[in-house]
Amino acid sequence: MVELRGVSKSFGSIAAVTPTDLAVRAGEFMTLLGPSGCGKTTLLRLISGFEQPDEGSVHLDGRDVTRLPPNRRDVNQVFQSYALFPHMNVRENVGFGLRMQRTAHSEAAARVKEVIELMGLGGCEDRRPERLSGGQRQRVALARAIVTRPSVLLLDEPLSALDAKLREQMQAELKGLQRRLGITFILVTHDQGEALAMSDRIAVLNLGRIEQIGSPAEIYGSPATDFVAGFVGESNRLVAERIDDGTGLPRVRVADLVEIELAAHQWPFGLSQAVISVRPERLRLAKERPAEAGAIEIRIRERTFHGAFERVRMESGSGVVLLATVPSGALEGFECAVGTLAWCVLRPESITVPVSYAAAGPAP
Amino acid sequence: MQAWALPSESVSTGRRPGAGGWLLLAPMIGWLTIFVAAPMGFLLVYSFCGRDDLGRVVYSFTGENYARILDPIYLRILGRSAAYAALSTLLCLVIGFPAAWFIARSPERRKERLLVLLMIPFWTSFLIRTYAWIAILKSEGLLNGLLEWAHVITAPLDILYTPVAVVIGLVYAYLPFMMLPIYGSAEKLDPSLIEAAHDLGAGPTRVFLEVILPLTRPGIGAGVLLVFVPALGMFAITDLMGGARVPMIGNVIQNQFVKARNAPFGAALGVVFTLLFVVVYTWVLRRGARKSAGGGP
Repeated sequence: MVELRGVSKSFGSIAAVTPTDLAVRAGEFMTLLGPSGCGKTTLLRLISGFEQPDEGSVHLDGRDVTRLPPNRRDVNQVFQSYALFPHMNVRENVGFGLRMQRTAHSEAAARVKEVIELMGLGGCEDRRPERLSGGQRQRVALARAIVTRPSVLLLDEPLSALDAKLREQMQAELKGLQRRLGITFILVTHDQGEALAMSDRIAVLNLGRIEQIGSPAEIYGSPATDFVAGFVGESNRLVAERIDDGTGLPRVRVADLVEIELAAHQWPFGLSQAVISVRPERLRLAKERPAEAGAIEIRIRERTFHGAFERVRMESGSGVVLLATVPSGALEGFECAVGTLAWCVLRPESITVPVSYAAAGPAP
Repeated sequence: MQAWALPSESVSTGRRPGAGGWLLLAPMIGWLTIFVAAPMGFLLVYSFCGRDDLGRVVYSFTGENYARILDPIYLRILGRSAAYAALSTLLCLVIGFPAAWFIARSPERRKERLLVLLMIPFWTSFLIRTYAWIAILKSEGLLNGLLEWAHVITAPLDILYTPVAVVIGLVYAYLPFMMLPIYGSAEKLDPSLIEAAHDLGAGPTRVFLEVILPLTRPGIGAGVLLVFVPALGMFAITDLMGGARVPMIGNVIQNQFVKARNAPFGAALGVVFTLLFVVVYTWVLRRGARKSAGGGP
């Protein structure tokens, strides 16, 4: 559907995108996730045609479009600032693309009406953008981009200008819209929550390259690299070293606190030491020493209440800090006020071993 | 310089200035009363007066000054003035728009430098610059010298003291007044609007007609007023570069006061002329207001 083959782009001496391959399937909701300056917006602009790659090629529906200008690509973009035409009302904004394509008046009018209804903008047709709320502007921008039925819709941080409540609502709507229209969506965001909630697949970018591509569950559950583990969600990152002779199951010593036996696939072949990642919600707390392996004695340092869950910061005797999140009320059974001693269980299956680039070589 | 505040940009808060506001406005109101409103009043009174044989104003009511304006001689001069001013305005727009657009789209540092370049002419007296043009355009001047040296022409071109020289002078003098307001509009235009139009299938021409032109219209309107109105009344350039061979309405008015010593007739011309400005001005404003509030077809 959308395919980038070995594209790279530099601005002056700064490499925004290092040679990158990316294939987005038809009808897929793909998110490009990364911190600012990671190259995600440049990647999007390479697809829309606002930038030309230094190397490599861009393919749409199997056709090489690398040299085609944006107005001749079957791709529309929703801009971060919405970029609604201030001198046109809602109806004219939405109909702009059809007018450029010289669609017959009657058909254009019908399609504009249909999309305005679809986006819940009925009654605003004659208003100028300055008289719309943020959420309505967002909908007009979407309506304007989908009315020409492009095969791919690009969304550049479309929700970043909305307040938190509206953003959550729009996430669900965007996802629903994508499912209904069957258009391929490529969304750029730095908000991992947004990416996890909406995407079929996520490509995590850092320093102009793709660190990992996978479903939200894969990205979150088994981050491929150290960067992904740190950027997507929170994680406890601990140094672990292999202590067995390398013939049996891998046995590792974590942060000089505890020894654990892992399943064979969990530990990369030939590695003697690594930084492992453990999601905070996968740590279990207990008042008494549990019977299972992986128990660490800790002192509760801080507890913060977040409504549905609580965050607990704790410290081992040797000074290693761990973070756990537990459902609210889960700690009611035992005394664990700040400052008291308790036990924390590091279960083998909660451990993932992301590789750093030095160890993994170039991105897959 | 009211022209800067075209309606699409001015947001009225609907509040009258308080006591502090009046205090801040007082110097300007005083200045305008003494040097604009009062002279206009005199002009209006004069325009209905007669004159004696020595050119002194006689305070007796008469409408003959206004009747005289309808003389084809003056109407023709007025028409010619309007035509030259319109041509100069058009040339300023055609030359100034791309340049103003280029400056507005430049990176910050280059933008500042180019704006300084645009201001440099204002550091020198307007008259001196006009005399410089005479030195360039006269038959043994720089331009003819250069063209003859390059064998483009064999005999010097007669440019100075022709309508061409007048238009060159007017365009030169007023070009910055066209460029600055257009620059202002162009600079405010969000570049993502251009990208959005491009993305939705508009080629370069459509982008210009559908997005750039409508959104820079306030600047174009202000520029047109700032060039057309003073160009219409200009007498120094027409005098110096046109050699008084092509009198414009400004020269005629000046002559009535200075040479012909017919202040009442000069005043009547001035009043009509001012009313004409007001009409053009409100027309442009109305147009701008309708375009920005109406919502199209």
